[in-house]
Amino acid sequence: MSATPANNDQSKVSIPVTQEDPSTFAYKESFGNSGLIITNIDNLFNWSRLSSLFPMTFGIACCAIEFMSTGTAPYDMDRLGMVPRATPRQSDVMIVAGTVTFKMADRIRRLYEQMAEPRYVISMGSCANCGGPYWQHGYHVVKGVDRIIPVDIYVPGCPPRPEALIGGILKLHEKISGESLMKHE
Amino acid sequence: MSDFLNIILKADDTAAAVPNCTPVTFLVTSKKLTEVAHELHVNPQTYFDQLSCVTGIDNGPDTSTMEVIYHLYSIPFNLSLALKVILSRKDPVVPTLSSVWKSADWLERETFDMYGIIFERHPDLRRILMPADWEGFPLRKDYKEQERYRDVQVKY
Repeated sequence: MSATPANNDQSKVSIPVTQEDPSTFAYKESFGNSGLIITNIDNLFNWSRLSSLFPMTFGIACCAIEFMSTGTAPYDMDRLGMVPRATPRQSDVMIVAGTVTFKMADRIRRLYEQMAEPRYVISMGSCANCGGPYWQHGYHVVKGVDRIIPVDIYVPGCPPRPEALIGGILKLHEKISGESLMKHE
Repeated sequence: MSDFLNIILKADDTAAAVPNCTPVTFLVTSKKLTEVAHELHVNPQTYFDQLSCVTGIDNGPDTSTMEVIYHLYSIPFNLSLALKVILSRKDPVVPTLSSVWKSADWLERETFDMYGIIFERHPDLRRILMPADWEGFPLRKDYKEQERYRDVQVKY
């Protein structure tokens, strides 16, 4: 193929095109650039799981405002691969953000049971951790969401800042990266 | 104030003003409460078209009385008024005002939920804030929360 300009301009040169099979070419290129990973299944699965933790779109009280802030551009939860899902069936992690009342406890336990395993729970803020300011006179408050569902990570604060929640998420990453498909602990 | 009293006395001849109250408050008997409320609602001089608030008060086992206070507001005349009913603590029953004001429905349900005051002829007297199977009325002076709710410990 050669360029034949109508005005016969000698400054334009023809560009040669590689005739090699494109698939072989791509393989050679990537191999030459060390584009090959050797790993074990656990590391690969754990990495892929912790890199796309989908939290459930779910908030109970003022901690949910900080949870929402964590999703906004300044904190950008999406950079951790986290996109809130509107159904427990598609969620990996439940962030219990707020005061758990006895009336709400049934719903929370049901939502947790609707999540597919492996599933994780982050208890966000003092109310979900231990009842918070309602620990003494709050007859209607469950004194810690861990009385109704198992909790993996506790984030202290009233409410915790988005940085603290991100810290809790990173702790959950650490926990997931140590798990194994083969043995159940 | 005396105008209000005259209107209320038309429906309840034992009504009396409660001194030093803002807004002006009148004590009425529970038997005549519906009549008083209806009169205040339809009277062209008052036209109290809004029931803003229903409050319950538990005076404790020593006095053995309970109170219900209704806060009324008249949108066209910008008037405020409160009605007070005193009930016995053993048998706290008061007629519903949901036939006069629609908003009484949920306000009375909340008062029932917190104090256990029965609103007679209420269309749907259920708990509104607490779970349906909760025991006791939380804002009573002698309230003790239950030990466990559905196998979960209530105390810290």
